[in-house]
Amino acid sequence: MSDAPAEVGKALESGREPNRVKRLISSYAPFIQSPPPRFRTESGAAVHGMMAEYATVPEIYHAAEKIRDAGYRDWDVFASFPIHGIDEAMGVKRTILPLIVAGGGFTGAILGYLMQWFISGYDYPLMKQGKPYAAWEPFLPVTFEMGVLFAAFSALIGMLALNGLPRWNHPLLATKSFLKVSDDKLVICIESVDPQFHPERTRDLLRDTGATKLELIEEDG
Amino acid sequence: MTTFNPDEATARGIASPRPAGGSGTLGDGSLVEDPAARPPMVLRNRSISEITEIVCGYAEKPPGFWWIGLFLMASSLMGLLGLFIGYFLITGVGTWGLNNQVNWAWDITNFVFWIGIGHAGTLISAILCLLKQKWRTAVNRSAEAMTIFAVMCAGIFPAIHVGRIWFIWMVFPIPNYNWIWPNFQSPLLWDVFAVSTYATVSVLFWFMGLIPDFATMRDRAQGRMLTSKANGRRIRIPDFLRSYIFGLLALGWRNSSRHWHRYELAYLLLAGLSTPLVLSVHSIVSFDFATSVLPGWHTTIFPPYFVAGAVFGGFAMVLLLLVPLRELLPNMKDLLTLRHLENMAKILLLTGMMVGFAYAMEFFIAWYGANEFEFYAFAYNRVLPTWISDNGAPYWWAYWAMISCNVISPQIFWFKKLRQNPLAIWIVALFVTIGMWFERFVIIVTSLHRAFLPGEWHMFFPTWVDIGIFVGSIGMFMTLFLLFVRFMPIFPIAELKAVIPQADPHGHDDHGDANDDKDKSGEGH
Repeated sequence: MSDAPAEVGKALESGREPNRVKRLISSYAPFIQSPPPRFRTESGAAVHGMMAEYATVPEIYHAAEKIRDAGYRDWDVFASFPIHGIDEAMGVKRTILPLIVAGGGFTGAILGYLMQWFISGYDYPLMKQGKPYAAWEPFLPVTFEMGVLFAAFSALIGMLALNGLPRWNHPLLATKSFLKVSDDKLVICIESVDPQFHPERTRDLLRDTGATKLELIEEDG
Repeated sequence: MTTFNPDEATARGIASPRPAGGSGTLGDGSLVEDPAARPPMVLRNRSISEITEIVCGYAEKPPGFWWIGLFLMASSLMGLLGLFIGYFLITGVGTWGLNNQVNWAWDITNFVFWIGIGHAGTLISAILCLLKQKWRTAVNRSAEAMTIFAVMCAGIFPAIHVGRIWFIWMVFPIPNYNWIWPNFQSPLLWDVFAVSTYATVSVLFWFMGLIPDFATMRDRAQGRMLTSKANGRRIRIPDFLRSYIFGLLALGWRNSSRHWHRYELAYLLLAGLSTPLVLSVHSIVSFDFATSVLPGWHTTIFPPYFVAGAVFGGFAMVLLLLVPLRELLPNMKDLLTLRHLENMAKILLLTGMMVGFAYAMEFFIAWYGANEFEFYAFAYNRVLPTWISDNGAPYWWAYWAMISCNVISPQIFWFKKLRQNPLAIWIVALFVTIGMWFERFVIIVTSLHRAFLPGEWHMFFPTWVDIGIFVGSIGMFMTLFLLFVRFMPIFPIAELKAVIPQADPHGHDDHGDANDDKDKSGEGH
């Protein structure tokens, strides 16, 4: 029942394979020049990617499977809630976050134990009921708490870092039609840095997957 | 998400809508009897967009008169708290009713009371998350907020009870010119670390849950600003502030599914970390007492007993706040259904009996252990009223208030009619909250007021400063909670959306597995 997708602005090929690392760095450090874009619109603005809207969750789920199978790499599904199983439909690899959290937790526990050993066992030993100064048993609660504290910070900061956040600017955030995504809109965006990206072929693929509306996203709004 | 389709239950909910204005004890669709049909999480078949609208509406629309009235009351009490604490700090600990024998009284009672209340939020968020109890989405945000505010209230008391508050930094291992360090073999120091870790992790957990909802609030404010601009109207200042502040707090969240993938895992990991943490915090609080040699405190049952009591008191406080809020805020009954209230009533019943078991076991061991001081502390300092025994407990009424509020009052939830009735739930929650305060009072004051020598026996009576600081802390708690209700998303919007049928990627009549779809996807369907 989807409406015919609207024509998207024509994107012209211009550059070579983009340097992804340099692009990422330049988004944080504006003094480093971003590599030239591969595609520009007729008005000369750099193309960030192509955005397609979908009507229902099952539709976007199946569209994601098709785009995954077409071999795209730099694309994403946007929805205001985590769609169950979408990571499999998109072919997202498992994240290394648990390793980061485990590393943080063990670091915190070791530091916590060493701190207590240094303070109560070595630097400032106090005689308490004839108990040994550096017994490990009374150090366990604080060791545990420090481990949990560090692991919790690792979970939040690790998640944000792997996601490239915080990042308060993004071409999608500057797009007016993207604002409704955090309400109920369901959107797929294929970025122009993807080696597979091609204005016509990508548009046709998105149309085939049942997109209700297509839009070309420009860099810097 | 595979074997079940909630549509039938939802359809039933629509077919027999709740009578307008009624308390809705029956037939709102959430009280499905059939154990095979899961009751709907959100009633009246609300769409994804409606959920955004309802939840954000609470924080965006001007508040009702009830809010302004309550806020004025609560913030006045909070102001009094400042005055009382100021007076206390200037004049000294002598303004409290403490004496040589009872050197911990309302201060530590209030501390344990508030920190106990602060356990329900993390319990709902973490343990129910690990147990895949999806109904937690209706209450977890407000319970987490309540946790943080309760821990803030709890933090006041140990900080001020040291008397010379300008030395409070000495509880932290800060290198100093005197070359002295805190004593890591003391449970009181473990408590410092447990409570501050708990406060920090609760804030992290809460903030992480809020990031996507902040993004929703940001985008809505931005959308209104753009509409105003397009129509040539002036931009409203609240919209500008919301888009700026929530934009800052949302950290640039853009609802990417690759981000959600890591986010969900991080949330699960935090839940997994918080579960042992929440159990450890009240265990360590109980070590403050259990590692002493005082009869009445020196018991090994304390850690699990305190944790069960904390969960019990915390759930009671959640119900105490949310049942009235459910009546006051429009459409909230669709998101926080009777089924959710019933589930929490069942948890109150369960934890109430756990607490009752602990009371009984404590008493049994006092007798069975054949330690006459221990037995005296229980039988004569707590249980036996003065009108039965000459040596009876002057605080017998506190003990029996605790028993009747905590053990007897939740028993009404054996009746289905009563545990599905919001008013009955609210009354029991009120009793439990009072009873849990008395529990800590009984543990602390009745154990202290009679030491080994009768010559040392002293009664404790609170002064107006004791009372003022406690009432003021309730005011502070209410003020913070009301501000939260007014300005923040009080439901986890993203999580609510994920549990409704429209969010199911396999459609309404597709019972297939996610893995099946993956296998089939190569064929293109």
